[in-house]
Amino acid sequence: MATIAVPSPIAERRVLRPIAPTGVWSWITTIDHKRIGVLYGTTAFIFFLIGGLEALLMRTQLIRPNNTLLGPDQFNGLFTMHGTTMIFLVVMPLSAAFFNYVVPLQIGARDVAFPRLNAFSYWTFLSGAILLNLGFVAQTVPDNGWFSYANITERAFSPSAGQDFWVVGLQVLGVASLAAALNFLVTIVQLRAPGMSLMRMPLFTWTTFITSILIVLAFPVIAIALFELMFDRLFGTNFFNTIGGGDPILWQHLFWTFGHPEVYILILPAMGIVSEILPVFSRKPLFGYPFMVYAVAGIAFLSFTVWAHHMFTTGLGAIATSFFAASTMLIAVPTGVKIFNWISTIHGGSLKLTTPALMSIGFVSMFTIGGLSGVMHASPPIDTQHQDTYFVVAHFHYVLFGGAIFGLFGGIYYWWPKITGRLLDDGIGKLQFWLMMIGFNLTFGPMHFLGIDGMPRRIYTYPANMGWDMWNLVASIGAYTLGLAILVMIFNIAKTFINGERAGADPWDGMTLEWTIPSPPPAYNFAVIPEVHSRDPFWLQKHPELASHELTESTGEITIGAQHVGDLGIPAVHAGQDGGHEAHGDVHVHMPDPSYWPPIAGLGFFIAGLGVLIASATTYAALGLTGIGLLTVLVAIYGWSLEPVNG
Amino acid sequence: MRSVAAAPPITPAAPPAHTEEHRTSTGLNNRKVLMWTFLGSDCMFFGALIASYIVYRGKWQQTPTPNELFDIPYTSVSAFALLMSSLAMVLALAAIQRGDLKRLKIWLLTTAGLGLIFIGGQIYEFTGFGAEGMNLSTGTGGTTFFVLTGFHGTHVSLGIIWLLSLYTLARRGALHQGRSLDVEIAGLYWHFVDIVWIIIFTVVYLLPV
Repeated sequence: MATIAVPSPIAERRVLRPIAPTGVWSWITTIDHKRIGVLYGTTAFIFFLIGGLEALLMRTQLIRPNNTLLGPDQFNGLFTMHGTTMIFLVVMPLSAAFFNYVVPLQIGARDVAFPRLNAFSYWTFLSGAILLNLGFVAQTVPDNGWFSYANITERAFSPSAGQDFWVVGLQVLGVASLAAALNFLVTIVQLRAPGMSLMRMPLFTWTTFITSILIVLAFPVIAIALFELMFDRLFGTNFFNTIGGGDPILWQHLFWTFGHPEVYILILPAMGIVSEILPVFSRKPLFGYPFMVYAVAGIAFLSFTVWAHHMFTTGLGAIATSFFAASTMLIAVPTGVKIFNWISTIHGGSLKLTTPALMSIGFVSMFTIGGLSGVMHASPPIDTQHQDTYFVVAHFHYVLFGGAIFGLFGGIYYWWPKITGRLLDDGIGKLQFWLMMIGFNLTFGPMHFLGIDGMPRRIYTYPANMGWDMWNLVASIGAYTLGLAILVMIFNIAKTFINGERAGADPWDGMTLEWTIPSPPPAYNFAVIPEVHSRDPFWLQKHPELASHELTESTGEITIGAQHVGDLGIPAVHAGQDGGHEAHGDVHVHMPDPSYWPPIAGLGFFIAGLGVLIASATTYAALGLTGIGLLTVLVAIYGWSLEPVNG
Repeated sequence: MRSVAAAPPITPAAPPAHTEEHRTSTGLNNRKVLMWTFLGSDCMFFGALIASYIVYRGKWQQTPTPNELFDIPYTSVSAFALLMSSLAMVLALAAIQRGDLKRLKIWLLTTAGLGLIFIGGQIYEFTGFGAEGMNLSTGTGGTTFFVLTGFHGTHVSLGIIWLLSLYTLARRGALHQGRSLDVEIAGLYWHFVDIVWIIIFTVVYLLPV
C-alpha cells in the first residue's frame, strides 16, 4: 500500500505496481474515485456532443417537407444512435461521474469499496462505447431504434453487421454498469462515516443507492435479452424467430422489464442532484426528507411493475392492460410527493438564483410537464392514439432532457468548483440556462402538437400538405438554439480553465461533507474520517443557530431546550486537532496503489467484442479473437487477485 | 469553523502492516457483501432465462420435444453429484476455519471433482440429445433448453476454475486459516449455483408438460 505524502522512501521500497503521480499513464492506471469520476464525466460530455450533432442532423432534415439532406437509411441510423448514445453513453455515465466523485465525499469515505473494480467499470464502459460507435467506421450503423424490436432485428431482416454493433456494444456496457452498481451498493452500505445512519445520508447518496439497486436487478434482464438476440443472429436459435416458433413479443417483455426501471435509472440521480442543490440555494434544509427517501424507494419498486405500459398496443388483454394502467398511474403519487417537497423546500427560503439553482428549477418545472404527459399515456385508449407519434417523443424528451439533462447540468455547475477548484462563470451560466430553456421548449413543445396532429416518429421526411410544416420549422430552430446553448457552455468551461475565479473549499455555503475539505480534494479526501451526528452536518456546524425545531424533528431527536443544539453539531469534522486520537482509528492515510489490470480487463472485453462482431463473416478468426479477448479478461482477473502491494 | 477546510499535512506513516480489511459500517466484510449482492443480480439473470423457457414450455412445434428425450434417472444422478459437491464445499470451509489445510485440499478437490462429474454428464447428455435430433436451433424447445442449461453449465465451469485456483493456492501454502474468507466467498457462489440447478431441474425436467 502506498502512503500518501511520503515522497522519499518509494525508491527504497519494492515497487510492484504503477506509481506515476501525473501524466497520461497515471490516468490510465488510476483507481482514485475522483479521477475516475472525471474520466466518466469527460467521456460522457464528448458523447453528448456526438449525440447532439446526430440530433441536429435529424432536425435539419425535418426543417421542411420533402427535404433530401438525409436518406431513409441514414435517418434510421441517426435516430438509433442518437437514442442509444444519449441513454447509455451520456445520461448514465454522467450520473456515474457524480456517483464516483461525490458519493464517497458525501459519506465521509476515502474511496469506493473496490477501487480497482471501479477503474474496471470505466474502461469496460469505454470499450462498450467504442464498440457501439464502430459502426460509423465500418459504415454499417445500427438502425432499428434504441429498443430494437424483434423480429426486425433477426439476421433475415437485418443482415448487415449494424445490429451486431448494437448488441455487442450494449452487452459490454451492461458489464460495466453492473460492476459499477455493485461497487456503489457495497460502498454506501459499508463505508459510511461513523454516525452516518441511513436516514442521515444526503439525498444524492440515497438516489445513488436506489439507482444501483435498479441497475443490479434490471441490467441482468437486458443482458439475457441481448444474449438471446445474439444467439438468434449468430447460431440460428429461435427465441424471437417466428419461423422456428419464437414470439417477437417476448423481446418486448424482456426489453421493457429492463427498460422501464432504466427510465428511473436515468432520472433518479438527477432528482438526487436537485435535492442537494435546492436546499443549499434556498438556505433551508430539504423539506420532508423521510418522504423524499420513501418516494425514491417507492418509485424504484413500482418501476418493476409497469413495463407493459409500453406494450398496450400489442393486445395484452383486458386484465393485464388494466393492471399496468393502474400501476402506471400509481407511480405518479411518489413522483408528486417529490415535486411538492421541492416546491416546499423553496417556499419561505431566501432563494439565491445562481446557475445551479436555475437549472434545478428548470428540472422541476420541465419534469412536471413530462410527468403529466406520462400520466396521459398511462390511460390505454389515449396511449393507443399516441403510440409511435411525436407526442411520445415530446413526452420522453421533457423527462430526459428537461429532467435528467437539466438536473445533471445543474450538478456540473454545482460541483465544478469542488472538482476543479474554480467556479464556472455564473453570468455565462445564466445565459446558457435561458438559451437552453427557450431552445428546449421551442424544440419539444411543438412536438406535442405534431403528435396530436398525427405525425409519426421515425419518418425521415413528410409531405407538405399535412399541416406539420410550421411546427417542424419551429422545432428545428429550437434545436439550433440548444446547440448554441451548448457552445456557450463549452466557452464557459474554457474560460474557467484560463481565468476562473478560485472557489475555496465551500463556495456555496454547503450542507454536506464534501464542502468541508479543500477544492480540489486531496487524494485521501479526509485527513481524519469525520463523525456525523445529524443530517446536513456541515450546515449545522456553521449555523448552530439554525438547529431549529424543524431540524431536530427531522433527525428524530426532538428535545426541548437549548442543550440539544450541541448534539446536532459535528465535533469531529475539525481535522487534525486531535489527529492522533485513538477514537478516529487510523490517522496514517493508506491509499491503495494504482493498477495495470483494470484497463487490461477492459481491453479484453473490447477484443472479445470485436471477435463476436466478425463472427457472421469468418468463423475461425472470430473464435480466435473472442478467445483471446476472454483469455485477456481471465489473465487480468488472476493478475488482479494476486497483485502485490507496493512497499 | 471554516478553518476545517484546511487539512493539515498527513503525518508520514510507517509502512503499514495490516491488510485491506477495514472497519465497515455494518461490520461485515466488503467482499462478502459484494458476493451476496452479485448473487442477487445473478437471480435476475437466471430468472430471465427461466422465464424465456417457461414462455415456450409445452408450445413447442418440434419433434422430439425436450420432455420426450429426458432421461430423468440419468440426470438425477448428475444432479445428486452436484448437490453432494455442496457438502464437500461446506467441509472444505470447515477445514480451513480450523486450520486443517490437508483436509481443505482434499475437500476442495472433491468439490471440483463432483462439479466435473456434473459437467461431464451434461456434455454427454447434450451429445445424446443432438444425436436424437434436438440441437440449439431445433424449434423453441432446443433453443431455450440448451441456452438455459448451458448458461448454468458455464456457471458451474467457472466455479470449478475458481475452486482449482484455490486448490493451487493451498498447495503453494498461500491459503491459510486467516484467509478462510476466500474459501467462504467461493462457497457462496458454489452453493448458489447448486440451488439454481434444483430450480432448473424441477422446472425443466420434473414438472410434467
